[in-house]
Amino acid sequence: MAQAEAAEVVLRLDGITKRFGPLVANNAIGFELRKGEVIALLGENGAGKTTLMNILFGHYTADEGTVEVFGQTLPPGHPRAALAAGVGMVHQHFTLADNMTVLENILLGTRPLLSPRLDARAARVKVARLSEDFGLSVHPDARVGTLSVGERQRVEILKALYRDARILILDEPTAVLTPQESSALFGTLRKAVAQGLSVIFISHKLGEVMEISSRVLVLRHGKLVGEVATADTDRQKLAEMMVGAEIAAPRLAEREPGPPLLTLSNVDTPRRGNAPGLSAVNLTLRAGQITGLAGVSGNGQAALAALIGGLERPVQGGMELHGDVPTDWSPRAALAAGIARIPEDRHKTGTVSDFTLTENAVLESYAEAPYSRTGWMDWRAAEDFARKIIETYDVRCPGPSARIRLLSGGNMQKLILGRVLEANPKIILANQPVRGLDIGAVTFVQNRLIAARDDGAAVLLISEDLDEVMALSDVIHVIYEGHLSPAFKRGTMSPAELGQWMAGHGFGGGAHAA
Amino acid sequence: MRLEPIPNPSALRSIGLPAGALVLTVIVASALALLAGANPFATLGLILKGAAGSKFALLETLNRATPLIFTGLAIAVAFRAKLWNIGAEAQLYAGAIVTALLGTGILPLPSALLIPVIALAAMLAGALILLGPVLLKTRLGVDEVVTTLLFNFIMLLFVSYLLEGPMKDPMGMGWPKSPALEKAARLPRIVDGLRLHWGFALALLSAVAVWVIQTRTTLGYEIRAVGLNAEAARFAGIPVGRVMVKTALLSGGLAALAGFSEVAGLKGNLTLDLSPGFGYTGIIVAMLALLNPLGVVVSAIFVAGVFVGADSMSRAAGVPTYIADILMATALLTMVLALKLTRTRIRWR
Repeated sequence: MAQAEAAEVVLRLDGITKRFGPLVANNAIGFELRKGEVIALLGENGAGKTTLMNILFGHYTADEGTVEVFGQTLPPGHPRAALAAGVGMVHQHFTLADNMTVLENILLGTRPLLSPRLDARAARVKVARLSEDFGLSVHPDARVGTLSVGERQRVEILKALYRDARILILDEPTAVLTPQESSALFGTLRKAVAQGLSVIFISHKLGEVMEISSRVLVLRHGKLVGEVATADTDRQKLAEMMVGAEIAAPRLAEREPGPPLLTLSNVDTPRRGNAPGLSAVNLTLRAGQITGLAGVSGNGQAALAALIGGLERPVQGGMELHGDVPTDWSPRAALAAGIARIPEDRHKTGTVSDFTLTENAVLESYAEAPYSRTGWMDWRAAEDFARKIIETYDVRCPGPSARIRLLSGGNMQKLILGRVLEANPKIILANQPVRGLDIGAVTFVQNRLIAARDDGAAVLLISEDLDEVMALSDVIHVIYEGHLSPAFKRGTMSPAELGQWMAGHGFGGGAHAA
Repeated sequence: MRLEPIPNPSALRSIGLPAGALVLTVIVASALALLAGANPFATLGLILKGAAGSKFALLETLNRATPLIFTGLAIAVAFRAKLWNIGAEAQLYAGAIVTALLGTGILPLPSALLIPVIALAAMLAGALILLGPVLLKTRLGVDEVVTTLLFNFIMLLFVSYLLEGPMKDPMGMGWPKSPALEKAARLPRIVDGLRLHWGFALALLSAVAVWVIQTRTTLGYEIRAVGLNAEAARFAGIPVGRVMVKTALLSGGLAALAGFSEVAGLKGNLTLDLSPGFGYTGIIVAMLALLNPLGVVVSAIFVAGVFVGADSMSRAAGVPTYIADILMATALLTMVLALKLTRTRIRWR
């Protein structure tokens, strides 16, 4: 965008510094956003993106530096000031009331609490016009609770536009969307920019950043380490700027799959709260093969992981492990059957935060020799095991007796990886194994999974990142509302085709019955 | 307002803040003494003297600390697993009933055998009292705070029934008390002529045993894992329900030992006023000790000292003994806050 050079500066951050104790979350960050452009804020987890946006929005007060919107300096620490100045934010986790309609949600907070009546008519007209102008189709009288994730995001954007936002900030907006929904979102953003709005797009997905932005700002360890025009760069260069080092993408060598190790036939599991259960699922995990599970978050991935992890039993259908039907099914039984489980949430399910690395290392094997003999713990043996993991899996930590809560997500994940892989498992359940990790840790974890596959393990890789699933899987299933698609061989489906399945096309009423 | 954790608090912080809490407690006590028209320095001096000023006072404090160590341990064990046992009072009385029943000559055993048998039976009774609430919790999700708390009242009424009916001492001249324990069932004094019985030694031994269980055994590891993160424990294959039940048995057993040691060591029979709320005060003891079993010994002696000291001060200075309750409450609140603040910094925007 050549004319961007001349366009008016709508937002200026100058020398923003924020410290949390010894940690410098933002170190003298400054940039400008011009009218009618999309800039991408790129950085790994913990690089300081969210802190910066919280400062812009007045949730945090910067230790140094100023925020200027349309030439006016914002008073620090006043969330309403940014809103009033025309900055709108769409958070990663939506802030909508499920039991209210779209229109009510949009109006919420825009008028005095005790106003005698809602002037709904004028509002309805305005919302309709905004929907039209920006390609944000949602029914104003639909209850938010009944909407899809993509539709809810449109409501969030409408909410910001209704408040006359001239600057839109989107925090990881595509994390919960199908590829089709993402491209619809990009369409909306392009329309917004064409009408003179400015957008800050926060992401760590390089493909999207290349597609939508005109400039990219890269944050690393709280510092602004690069600012480039999108046209002058590529994914590889951006990734290297993000990490500060060269990185190699994981490679999957051709390999003949072995015998089936785990088979599910026609399995149903119960619904848990809002999470759908499995419905007539057929799945075969073979030795020496990575099976990828693609799908939009909340479509039954949790149910499948719970089933294979031993937390859930089928209400119908059969499960075969190494050719046998397990008689009892529990986490212990799953462990005994050689299933390694990398849980989705490493803070809540994978580790005990206030336990040391040693105590966490034996969380699954504490009851067996050499760690436990006749009811007594052998802490020396446990510590040796922890040391071995720390060394083999390159866990950066103060030592085995440090509490695990002090570790970064990546190092926590490496400890979990070591804990489950050291037992040479036959079957590996990897649920979102690299979510939230920095690129170095991502590569490490992915290569370990590939190495296990090469050694003959059957791997089930559950991920909401379609690129990851496509890069690592020998076969791919798509999960949608508890139903499983047929198995697609590596390279036979395009992202767009898989995206169709992720949106539910192809599953048609019972026609997919195997 | 934001709370930020401090990974390595300075020595000034970790000593100064708890010391400050003590100072604050003393100031509150002084103010109360002034309010009651007494000289605050004299009042505090009298409390200190009453708690530890003489051999007699000190032994009295240790005697009073004995049941508090047991109930404090019972609470510390349970709270460690996030099992909120508020019913130590009921479990204490269960132990006391069994002691009063078995100690009146129905078991023809020598003392060296009789006392351990009674102690084990008492522990079993206390454990069974807690078994119901914990099974309701693990099986049906019933809140154990409510069930264990209500058990206290059921138990007190049951004791009242026993003392007016089947267990009433025929020689008691109408008083609601059980017959006196036979000599063989009484806990002897540690040193002849001094009023401190073997219950205190048993309490110290129990504290060490609980500490060993928590840090060295597989069960202790399971209890801590379940308490810190039940979801991760369940995922890792730790049988959460079974661990809860084992914790409850241990906790109920420990609380019952308080009743056993009060009846067999101090009182010699069962009365309705056997416990002036030892089960509840055990919660304060355990919280002050940050649930550390060895710390429970220290905090139980401190709490007992305040009560014993306030009793004797009240007789001498005329300040009501309620000052002890207020002192306890102040000490607990300020100390818990101070210990929290050593590891946390408050930022005002």
